[in-house]
Amino acid sequence: MATMLDVNGKQVSVNADPDTPLLWVLRDEVGLTGPKFGCGIAQCGACTVLADGSPVRSCSVPVSAAVGMKIATVESLGGSHPLQQAWVKHDVPQCGYCQSGQLMSAAALLAHNPHPSDADIDAAMDGNICRCGTYQRIRAAIKDAATMPAAPASTAA
Amino acid sequence: MNAPVNPQALKAGTSRRELMIGATVVGGALLVGCSPGDLLSIGAKEDFGAFGPFVKIAPDGAVTVISKHIEFGQGNHAGLAAILAEELDADWDRVKVEQAPAIAKVYANLGMGVQGTGGSSAISNSWMQLRNAGAAARAMFVEAAANKWSAPAGEITVKDSVVSHAKSGKTATFAELLPDAAKVTPPKTPTLKDPKAFTLIGSDRVKRKDSLAKSTGTAKFTQDVHMPNMLVAMVAHAPRFGATVASFDATEAKKVKGVVEVYQIPTGVAVVADNTYAAKKGREALKVTWNEDNAEKRGTDKLAADYADWAAGKGPLPEKAKWESFEAKGDLAKAGSGQVFEATYDFPYLAHATMEPMNCVAQVSGGKARLTFGSQIPTVDQLNTAKIVGMLPGAVEIETLFAGGSFGRRANFQSDYVAECVQIAKKVGKDRPVKLVWTREDDMTAGYFRPMVHHRLKIVTDKDGYPTAWTHKVVTQSIMKGSPMPSKGIDETAVEGAKGSPYLKATPNVDGQLMLTDVGAPVLWWRSVGATHTAFVMEHTIDQLAKKAGKDPVAYRLEMYKRAGADRHAAALQLAADKAGWTSPAPAGWTRGVAVHESFGSVVAQVAEVKLVDGTPKVGRVVTAIDCGTAIAKDQVAAQVEGGTCYGLSAALFGKVTLKDGAVEQTNFDTYRVLRNSEAPTVETYIVPSGNAPSGVGEPGTPVIAPAVANAILAMNGQATKSLPFVKA
Ligand code: FES
Ligand code: FES
Repeated sequence: MATMLDVNGKQVSVNADPDTPLLWVLRDEVGLTGPKFGCGIAQCGACTVLADGSPVRSCSVPVSAAVGMKIATVESLGGSHPLQQAWVKHDVPQCGYCQSGQLMSAAALLAHNPHPSDADIDAAMDGNICRCGTYQRIRAAIKDAATMPAAPASTAA
Repeated sequence: MNAPVNPQALKAGTSRRELMIGATVVGGALLVGCSPGDLLSIGAKEDFGAFGPFVKIAPDGAVTVISKHIEFGQGNHAGLAAILAEELDADWDRVKVEQAPAIAKVYANLGMGVQGTGGSSAISNSWMQLRNAGAAARAMFVEAAANKWSAPAGEITVKDSVVSHAKSGKTATFAELLPDAAKVTPPKTPTLKDPKAFTLIGSDRVKRKDSLAKSTGTAKFTQDVHMPNMLVAMVAHAPRFGATVASFDATEAKKVKGVVEVYQIPTGVAVVADNTYAAKKGREALKVTWNEDNAEKRGTDKLAADYADWAAGKGPLPEKAKWESFEAKGDLAKAGSGQVFEATYDFPYLAHATMEPMNCVAQVSGGKARLTFGSQIPTVDQLNTAKIVGMLPGAVEIETLFAGGSFGRRANFQSDYVAECVQIAKKVGKDRPVKLVWTREDDMTAGYFRPMVHHRLKIVTDKDGYPTAWTHKVVTQSIMKGSPMPSKGIDETAVEGAKGSPYLKATPNVDGQLMLTDVGAPVLWWRSVGATHTAFVMEHTIDQLAKKAGKDPVAYRLEMYKRAGADRHAAALQLAADKAGWTSPAPAGWTRGVAVHESFGSVVAQVAEVKLVDGTPKVGRVVTAIDCGTAIAKDQVAAQVEGGTCYGLSAALFGKVTLKDGAVEQTNFDTYRVLRNSEAPTVETYIVPSGNAPSGVGEPGTPVIAPAVANAILAMNGQATKSLPFVKA
């Protein structure tokens, strides 16, 4: 049975069973590559997307629960979001595998808290593991992005 | 990994049949016996442009550097491209990087003899090769311009992909000169720049080329491969190492919507489905009975106790085990009687836990095989694939993608997960793409761990507190055993860093012994390999000796380095100590610890500021000095030091894989804790100025932080650290 999802501002129809994790629907059916599979149990944050502006671990959200919510993946940031500019300026990524998730957690943080403190960053970003250890650049880039002109309203949050 | 290779020339004219046998019987045997070049490449498609295999120049003048090394975080693509672009005088902003195909003859790692990335060698082994490739291409443009303008080649200059002749005022872009330049015969020994004339290498302009792609979700990883008609596979693996499938019942699995087929393969039972979730549900519905007759059933508690007993000379050694000397000089009996220091250290198994769990895409039909994934040692992956499908290794096509980390895990002689994928693709056949997806649980319990290690030391010191006799025993598993690159003598990977240590050089009487033992859990190099434990043992021991001698740890080391002639160690240590303000008090509440270690040709010194929060070490500022020879991409050197420090600290604080009755107890990040953002230190990196050729950067930043933290704790409360991780539960 087809299910309608709102992904990055578009209505998409998917056929997955209701218990299928949103992550696999986004990747296998919608064809997005941003959200990544890292742990499958809401521990690593690689699959982070926004649901109505709040970060969720899409590996642990059944697609049925996402119906009616606005789902935003890293693809929605558009490529020139202040965070993406800062990520490039600071050469944050190493292997890059965690970074879509990092960016979505950071996007949610800045959307709700444009000038986060160190403690705010810790709280918002501790759910996102980076095995390459890019943490200090992530912190620096978030702070830098916070000083840039805000993203257009159509993006992320 | 850092294994030297010992390739012997194989006689020319080896027949296809011999090759097939070589590849079929033992994939590795071929590797050992052959000169890696031509032979391994038979069957490969070779089609390079006018400028050779390392650079392509498009009609619009855009320069693409071909990387023979995989990029899985190290930033090597930036450095490799910069080396070539420097000599070519290309417009850096328009330089792109592409991954080379698998052709050992052309793209071999010059330090390994086969195509592969490891041992922190990407930059160092490519250094002269890419300088020459860039300089040759530049010379072709210069000659084309000289001919066109009837000007002496010596008067032609190149800058940012523009060729100029000042006297005549003529200029032309690479694009304009391309048709002529492509016809010029490349010089065999092109003139290289004087390093003093470098404008790109070592400058702040050398940035990563992949940051935007990796910040937009568009960088392509194996996980992201989608091909028409592709199947997704998951495999039910045995719960214990060495167990095999006794029987299985796929009735329920086949009822799962989307499941296409179920196959028994050598490593378990594979469920093949239309999509990932169906494969996963199908696997959950499988019923498999395992034959555990030959499975490893010991637990790590028992192993650790055994290792300690053997090192202490208690109880009989296991069958065939023996002590091998890794360092011996002087005469311990003549060392005199001084103060005696004794210590033991225990290190657990560690998982690599790359962010992207292992995965692979394979297609097999008739006599063809094609792999699409992050291949770290394409030659080995070709050999192991060839063995399964019965074809020439060189004809196995590999498209190498980005990989979500490796830290040694993907440089696997058995090509474990790759071979598994090929086995399934062979069953499926018809060239149909099969994506093998490992879950985190598959990845963590599959092994290939950093081995468990036990060290036992006895040191006699003179009246000034410096060692006169050093007895050192190491018990561990061999990484190199059964590999196609066997060590000639001792397994260096088990002792490197103790062996060759400046502290042993400075000690007149030394007896270092290694004992290797067999365990069913497979082991492998893990970022910085032997140094993961030897750096800790040597550096934490030195601080304890300095403390006993009542000497400052920096001054004590400097004296040892003087005796050993270890000038690079001394310089790196001095730089780190100066930048950290070693001689002035640490910020209130923090205690400093220092450590220094050389690995992969580079020396790293770190001063870490540490405090204990509820008994758990918290690391704040970490000042690092690194001597890595010529630094190509300085900011990427810093990035590797930052990342290596986090990787080392993660393991030092939390990393521990345990076996209970042979089964791995940690399955995911809930049970295998790793470092998170708020726990990460702030690392400052200072590069020791050097005119030497580049040395390793990817790994040397990893092993130093653990002893630096242990030394800070020692300074703080007098407690020595006898085992890792620091956090016990
Ligand atoms: S894959 Fe969802 S949190 Fe790890
Ligand atoms: S960049 Fe590799 S895991 Fe974060």
